[in-house]
Amino acid sequence: MRNNQTNIFAGADRLTILTYILLVILGWLNIYAAVYNEEHQNIFDTTQKYGKQLIWIGGAAIIAISILLIDANFYTAFAYGFYGFLLAANILVLFLGREIKGSKSWFRFGDIGIQPAEFMKFAANLALAKFLSNSTIIVNQQFRLRLRDLIKNYRNTFYALVIIIIPLIVIKFLQDETGLAIVFIAYVIVLYREGLSVNFLIFGLLAAILFVVALVVSQITSLIIALAVISAASFLFIPRNRKSLISVVLVFVCASGVVLATNYVYNHLEPHQKVRIDVLLGRGTVDLKKEGYNVNQAKIAIGSGGFIGKGYLQGTQTKYDFVPEQDTDFIFCTVGEEWGFLGSTGVIFLELFLILRVIFLAERQRSGFSRIYGYGVSAILFFHLAVNIGMTIGLMPVIGIPLPFFSYGGSSLWAFTILLFIFIKLDANRLLILR
Amino acid sequence: MRNVQLSDRKLIIGGFFCLIALIYIIRLFYIQVIDDQYKLAADNNAIRRMTEYPVRGYIFDRKGKLLVQNEPSYDLMIVPKETKGCDTISLCEVLQINKTEYLRRFKKACQAPNSPRKESIFEKQMSAPTYAALQEKLYRFKGFFVQKRTVRKYPRPIAAHLLGYVGEVTKEKAEKDFYYREGDYIGVSGIEKSYEEVLRGKKGVQKAITDVHNKIIGRYMNGKDDTLAVPGKPLYCSIDMTLQEYGELLMKGKKGAVVAIEPSTGEILALISAPSYDPNLLVGGKERSRNFTKLYYDSLNLPLFNRALTAMYPPGSIFKLIDALIAQNDGLINRSTVFPCAMGYPPMGGKPKCHAHGGGKNLPGSISVSCNSYYSYVFREIVDQKKYPNFIDGYNHWRETVKTFGPGTHLETDLPYDKPGNVPSVEYYNKVFGKNGWRSNTIVSLGIGQAELLLVPLQMANVVAAIANRGFYYTPHCIQGVGNEKFLDKRFKQKHYVGVQKQEAYQNVIDGMQGAMEPGGTAYANRLKDIIVCGKTGTAQNPHGQSHAVFLAFAPRDNPKIAIACIVENAGFGGVWSAPVVTLMMEKYLKGKTDRPEVEKRVMAADLINGKNLLSTGFH
Repeated sequence: MRNNQTNIFAGADRLTILTYILLVILGWLNIYAAVYNEEHQNIFDTTQKYGKQLIWIGGAAIIAISILLIDANFYTAFAYGFYGFLLAANILVLFLGREIKGSKSWFRFGDIGIQPAEFMKFAANLALAKFLSNSTIIVNQQFRLRLRDLIKNYRNTFYALVIIIIPLIVIKFLQDETGLAIVFIAYVIVLYREGLSVNFLIFGLLAAILFVVALVVSQITSLIIALAVISAASFLFIPRNRKSLISVVLVFVCASGVVLATNYVYNHLEPHQKVRIDVLLGRGTVDLKKEGYNVNQAKIAIGSGGFIGKGYLQGTQTKYDFVPEQDTDFIFCTVGEEWGFLGSTGVIFLELFLILRVIFLAERQRSGFSRIYGYGVSAILFFHLAVNIGMTIGLMPVIGIPLPFFSYGGSSLWAFTILLFIFIKLDANRLLILR
Repeated sequence: MRNVQLSDRKLIIGGFFCLIALIYIIRLFYIQVIDDQYKLAADNNAIRRMTEYPVRGYIFDRKGKLLVQNEPSYDLMIVPKETKGCDTISLCEVLQINKTEYLRRFKKACQAPNSPRKESIFEKQMSAPTYAALQEKLYRFKGFFVQKRTVRKYPRPIAAHLLGYVGEVTKEKAEKDFYYREGDYIGVSGIEKSYEEVLRGKKGVQKAITDVHNKIIGRYMNGKDDTLAVPGKPLYCSIDMTLQEYGELLMKGKKGAVVAIEPSTGEILALISAPSYDPNLLVGGKERSRNFTKLYYDSLNLPLFNRALTAMYPPGSIFKLIDALIAQNDGLINRSTVFPCAMGYPPMGGKPKCHAHGGGKNLPGSISVSCNSYYSYVFREIVDQKKYPNFIDGYNHWRETVKTFGPGTHLETDLPYDKPGNVPSVEYYNKVFGKNGWRSNTIVSLGIGQAELLLVPLQMANVVAAIANRGFYYTPHCIQGVGNEKFLDKRFKQKHYVGVQKQEAYQNVIDGMQGAMEPGGTAYANRLKDIIVCGKTGTAQNPHGQSHAVFLAFAPRDNPKIAIACIVENAGFGGVWSAPVVTLMMEKYLKGKTDRPEVEKRVMAADLINGKNLLSTGFH
């Protein structure tokens, strides 16, 4: 191990690091364009966001190098420690943090703000990897429907879910940061890779579809649709016996539960969340000057970019503040307007390449810990990518989460850097030890 | 336990990621490349179009004198969102409005179709003193700016009906015609309407880039797309301002119309509808609508009603000219033809009645004395002539020939809204009297210009112009040309030949017209010393009270320079009021002044509307 430290990049995947650097540079260029005005052109002007982002990027570089310098065993050994520490930080922030935009999720150090929820992602990822590498969630397909067998089979799955859900609950319900909390759902992809039955995913997906259908059409209609689909499916695919009949009835009861819960859930959402769902689904009348403004302006900015874009620093929509939050959550609008279809596709490809590269690297790990951690990284990155870009082009409800490496903000950049570079470090060490 | 190849799930996960990415790329392709709506929306977002209003074209009279000009007008515009820190109190003082009014207008500027972020009119067409006072303090009125436009100004308060007026475009028009936006001006009537496209010019547009607060950041594409306003073209009107003004003076206190045409070109020299109004009343902001309402509801005088083009009058005896021409053309009568007169038309028991003019006359004489009996015979001769076994055909022949002179048709002048008048059809009489229930004698009063026959004054003038030209006319029009090159539509240069081309017929009729101005003629009192005038009086009976006085004439007899028709409502015999108006105008036009100041004085002083001077005639 010691001989490795002569060169900290030895064994580190160059392609991943290069992609990361490219994304950070492109991100900064777009933040510059989004904030750009004629009066402040000095890129080191720290009163401007691009100036501050440069400092954050510098910090990220130091963090990345530090991670590569530290022994890989450190991350495996203290996986639960990180988890516990950050969970505590996320609770402490409620008492020590300062309120920004109505949510108490920031630690302030002078001019600098740190959002612990961002860092919870890598900690949860470490804990999940640690837990899953020591226990299996693969279910014995032959088990009988007895409570004892059920518990035996699903105990580990339950524990894994607990690791994911605790931070989700803390961040959603205590800090009221829906966007940051909802990200933890992405770990289901990791569970799936490690053996979670596909039925759960299908069932979850169907429930989601049913939920949307019930919102768009009426509850009664969606109940009838569900009944029809379930009957048809069971008629075609399931052998006719008593046991199957019970399962079909059970499935339908669950579906009815989802449909009936729709209104309850919808009515208990925050008003702005209701509106975001309405905007996405086109329910009722959406006032483009009020609740529909963000998404509409985002689409206008991206749509007006055309095929090749208006050119760097030439965007009229983003530069003159038509798009709100254009340097953070809506940074993709700047890309869309100034770089056009070519540029936006390029950014998607680059992010996707990084995600797929991480999966590729994860699959070549000998240790379960590294593989599971790698899948966690790609799942988190993908979730951010899909939700962030999806909301700017009107395919997802507006959820305030950043575009990895692109959006302005120190916490998110640092958190993504730590998340990614721990994996790069683990990958660099893959041949040395079997964890 | 089945052996699950979990590492295969990497393909499913990777595939799922790629699928989502693909969906996003397709979506991006749609909104960025295929769908144009977002590009348009982006332009609307960020580009403010500022309009530069062109100067409306000037209108000159036939001698090059300015008939219509412009004066600058200033609209105070407001952008409600930018009014923070505005000195509202002194603004109210300058505009002389109170706070409630200010708030009312402010609210109006914020509501649809206006927007708090976009400019709308706060005060329309400020007076010059208001503007001067305002401009000094404008820097204190944040969110307000002044938009310069021009409004019409009329150096002389004349020719209101001919010129028409300019008003705000209607909502419907603005929606239909992309050139106009709400609040723009458009010619509403008269020349302003018919030559709107020439006069209005072309608006200039300057595009500026704005930010989300609608604040101007800079010029769009460095002004490459900007256009300058193109001023409207000048219009050279065929009106003689002096003649028009003189005619209006003469028609003061009377209801009626005068139309003067230059026969050799068809140019309208004067077009008067009385009572009239000062066209300056219908410009300006607040005053305009107040004045318009006042004029609109003046039901006694109907000053907005253009009698010269749209009032249909029975022509009376002047119609005998056409009968005489048709009958001669058909070879039914000649110069020496005499018909009996027994103070009326003998075959119908003395109806239509006639007056004492000393027995049966020959053709020119019958015109000079305006014999009713003579033209009842003539009308029957035409309708019942042998060429047409059925009198219906004879009637249709008469009707069609009459129509070639203009009556019963739209003359298609360059003025909007002319009425066709009425020359009754066979179907009409079949309906009234039943089929076979009528014959030539039933409708014989048509021959003397009565019954259902109706003409507008413009048509009367056109008839006399056609006679002056001995058989043709040019479509009457009120411009000499458009723009400095004086472009004139070729349809106004085209001769229209009437249904009578026999020159001898014109000779005889014109002799009769000249005779009317000589001793024994109906208009002898209005003879002129040194100009040979050929005229014809008419006394149009009508259901609205006393007869309308009609007179038409042209002069001089050879190479006529002017042809005029005049009608004065309910003024009695045509020689009394209409003939002096016509002959005075001829003197004015041909000589510059009248030799008969006492006649001029009497006519100008006469106020027939209020009943004064009605009986002090003595002329017959």
